[in-house]
Order: sequence, then C-alpha cells, then structure tokens
Amino acid sequence: MPEPILTLTGLDAFYGDFQALYGVDLEVSEGEVLAIIGANGAGKTTLLRSIAGLIGNEASQITYRGRSIGNARPDVVAQMGLAMVPEGRQLFPSLSVEENLMIGGRVNREGPWNLRKVYDLFPILEERKAQASTSLSGGQQQMVAIGRALMANPDLIMFDEISLGLAPVIIRDIYKALPGIVGGGMSAVIVEQDITKALAVSSRVYCLQEGRVSLEGRSDAVSREDIARAYFGVE
Amino acid sequence: MDFLNAVVQGTLLGGLYALFAAGLSLIFGVMRLVNIAHGDLIVLAAYLGLTTTVVLGVHPLVALIVVVPAMAGIGYVLQRGVLNHTLGDDILPPLLVTFGLSVIIQNALLEGYSADPQKMDAGVLETASVALGPLSLGLLPLLTFAIAVAVIAGLQWTFYRTPLGRAFRATSDNQDIAQLMGLNKRHVFGLAMALALAVTAVAGILLGIRTSFDPSVGGGRLIFGFEAVIIGGLGNLWGTLVGGVILGVAQTLGATINPGWQLLAGHIAFLVILAVRPNGLFPRISG
Ligand SMILES: Nc1ncnc2c1ncn2[C@@H]1O[C@H](COP(=O)(O)OP(=O)(O)OP(=O)(O)O)[C@@H](O)[C@H]1O
Ligand SMILES: [Mg+2]
Repeated sequence: MPEPILTLTGLDAFYGDFQALYGVDLEVSEGEVLAIIGANGAGKTTLLRSIAGLIGNEASQITYRGRSIGNARPDVVAQMGLAMVPEGRQLFPSLSVEENLMIGGRVNREGPWNLRKVYDLFPILEERKAQASTSLSGGQQQMVAIGRALMANPDLIMFDEISLGLAPVIIRDIYKALPGIVGGGMSAVIVEQDITKALAVSSRVYCLQEGRVSLEGRSDAVSREDIARAYFGVE
Repeated sequence: MDFLNAVVQGTLLGGLYALFAAGLSLIFGVMRLVNIAHGDLIVLAAYLGLTTTVVLGVHPLVALIVVVPAMAGIGYVLQRGVLNHTLGDDILPPLLVTFGLSVIIQNALLEGYSADPQKMDAGVLETASVALGPLSLGLLPLLTFAIAVAVIAGLQWTFYRTPLGRAFRATSDNQDIAQLMGLNKRHVFGLAMALALAVTAVAGILLGIRTSFDPSVGGGRLIFGFEAVIIGGLGNLWGTLVGGVILGVAQTLGATINPGWQLLAGHIAFLVILAVRPNGLFPRISG
C-alpha cells in the first residue's frame, strides 16, 4: 500500500463551543480517490475546511507529507499542494471566468495544468472566458470551480458536493471528466451525497455520522446495509 | 460669467476631493473598513511633505518622492500591525480603533508641529495661471485635477488589469476562498492600505500647497472625501471623481452666492443626492 500523503489523527473541530468533529482518523494515499459520505450536517464540509486550513485545529491532528498543518494558514496549505472545490462553487463574482481560473494559478506550482489544459477539459469555458462568472449556468460554474482548483496543480484535490443542484446530464459530464483529472497521480477526496456515484469513482469510502467516522472500507466491498447503518445509525 | 467661473473652479477643486476620497473608497472596497483616521492621515502626509521640503530644501512636488513611499510604508505597517486585528464580522472595532488613531495622530502632530497653521511654499506654481477665453485658471488647480484623473485612472487599471487588482477583488468578494487560492489576506490588506496611503500622500501635499493647514483640519477632509465617495457610489473609482466634482462645484457656487455658504452648499448637495439616490450616482459598476 502506498504511503499516506494526508493523515488525520483524532481530529476534533469546533465552531465556537459547538463541536462538529470528534476524533476523526483518516488517511489518503498517494494517487488515491477517497469518498466521504454522510447525512446532512454530519461534518463533511467541516472536515474539508479543517484540512484546507479554514478551520483552525490542533497542529498535530493533521499531517500532510510529514508536516503538521492542523493550525496552518489556508494560503500556506494551498501553497503546499492542497486545493479545494468548495461546496456551492463560490466563484469570485467580480472576476471574469478567465480571471477566476488565473487566480487559481496564483500559487504557481509546477505541473500539467494551465489555462490551455483547463479549456481543453471544459471547452465551453473558453467561449465564455470574458464573461462574469455569475452569468454562467450552474454546471458551467462548477467547471470553473474545478478548473480554478486544478490551476494550482495540487497534489490533493478535495471536491465538496460537486453535483449539488446540477441536472443529471451535467453531473454525468462532470464525473466523466474526473478520471482525466485524477488519473495523473493526483489524489482526491470526494464528498458526495449520491452514494452510487461516490462508490463508483473511489477506491475507499468513509462515512461520517454526527462528527464521527461510522464506516470505513473498500468502495467495492461495503454493502448497502453497512452504509445504511453508518449513515443513519439505525440497527 | 461668475456662474461659469464657479463651475470650472469647482470642478478643478473636485479633483482634490477625489484624491481625498480615492483612498477611502479603495479601503472600503477591499476590506469593508471605514477609516475614520483618513483625514488625519492626509494631514500627516502634508506635515511629512512640509518637513521634507524644509529639511531637504526641495519643492513640495519633489517631496512626493519621499512622502509617497513613506506613507505607503506607514500604511502597510499600520494594517499588518493594528488594523488587521480589528477586522471581523463586527464592524464596530475598526471604527473605534481608527477613531482612536485619528486622536493619536492629531495629538502627535500638535506635539511635533504645534497648532500654528503651516503652509508649503510651491513658488510660482501657486500664483501662475493660464487664460482660457474669459476664464483664468490657476496652474495649481489644473495640475491637481490632472493628477487626480491620472491617479484614478492608475487605480482603475491596477484594479482591473493587474494580478494585484485581481487579488484585491477576489479578497473583497470572498476572503475564505481567496485564501484557498494561496492569497495571504493580511498581506493583501496591507498592500491595499499601502496603496491607499500612497494616494493620501499625493492628496496631502496638494492640500498643503493649496491652503494652510494645522493638526485639526483632518476631520473636514474626511467629510469631503466621504461625501465624494457616497455621491459617486461606493466601490466606483470614476464615480468618486464625479462625486468630488459635484461637491466642489456645489461649494464654489455656494460661495459665489454668499462666502459663508461654501461648506453648507456642499453638504446640501450631498444630502440631496443621498435622498434621491441612496446608493450614489454610480453604485458598484465594474470595469
Ligand atoms: N459556521 C458554523 N457555525 C456553527 N455551526 C456550524 C457551522 N457550519 C456548520 N456547523 C454545524 O456543524 C455540523 C457539521 O456541518 P457540516 O457543514 O460540516 O456538515 P455537512 O456534512 O457538510 O452537511 P451537508 O451535507 O448539509 O453539507 C452541523 O451540525 C452544522 O450545523
Ligand atoms: Mg457540506
């Protein structure tokens, strides 16, 4: 089994006094696609935001390539090669489509991704490059959000519910693009409500329930009953 | 004739007000900070200019070479050292802290320079004028207006055509996501304040050539800048120039009717526009 590049050890996360994650242990290996599933409010977004540095944690609870980053600033984490496609896309409304992509390339890491490659992946974006990002359809905005993260040439990319609010055909298109994205040795963490999709694209899956890991296993080995139990806590 | 003259003189005066306003507008645009000390920083720049002209024996415009980088440096340090710590969901802390800063700057200037009015000597520039038909336009007001246009064009270009401007706009849109792009927001805010105070340096020197100043005049400059920003529409730099011009014209027109009405006329124009267009004339137009 390849070395883990990202390790969470007993990760706790808080919003003020409210604790959202309890002792989460998790590993992502080099080149692996990991899925995280769980009901609404289980803590999936909190987990990704903790890794990205948007939520402060204890330093030792998150290690990335041997460095403790639990309390690192988000811009530092980004420079180290972690990128996130945030829930709800969250493009910069005052930036054009191309500017959104270019600002993703600001971290200036070496790698295969650049404007040309993103436009090859999502040709529609090249046609719309001068438009305000807010003028695009939801699916196109999601493409910009993905392209923006890729422009950083990350080693690990995190997707937070990329299919949320999109039409099924669009979701199919976006998932069709995924192998081309993570095939190049990039690791990925995919948070997804659609369990079938999540299991299909990932090699391992974690299920969160009320801030705790309730299931961990190989995506092709977990049963529907296990997942149902892990999801809702029903016996 | 008097009317035309007042309009033209007021327009040129508006350039100075736009320079007061530009830094205020930039800071509010990037980090939603209302800088109560902005006027006092303008006055501080004027005093720095005065000291530079006296110590180095140079013309006030040459002093810009010293004062612009000095104010930019002060801006960066002030932002990183103090103001960044006040920013958050609550808008009150930055207001209180910049108010405190305003008091500190005024008192420091009183200590250092006394309350006596000062003026910078710009030689022939102060009195030279050019004839334009029936009008006689002062060289200094013309130059001030030209500088204001150039500064605003430069800021506009920076904002919409450079990586720095992209970072400003992205951080203004969404601080969290901007950080995910590898932007250190504390540094970005520091650069924004540096740029704003660089503009303030220009405003302060032109103010100090045009009129005499003392440590207490900052509040008035803040109000003029603030009114110009609001008239023009928040977040619109060219609107800020229009706002400055409207304010300047209202003031000079008021003064031709009755010298005592100069300031009042400006405030009335501000209130009327605020009543008719609460978001200013050109709110948040980009590009
Ligand atoms: N900013 C916040 N302040 C306080 N509590 C929060 C905040 N954001 C999330 N929470 C709480 O933390 C818990 C985990 O939320 P989180 O957004 O991580 O869940 P999620 O699994 O991503 O859910 P969803 O599927 O709805 O996106 C929830 O109970 C939520 O109410
Ligand atoms: Mg979520």
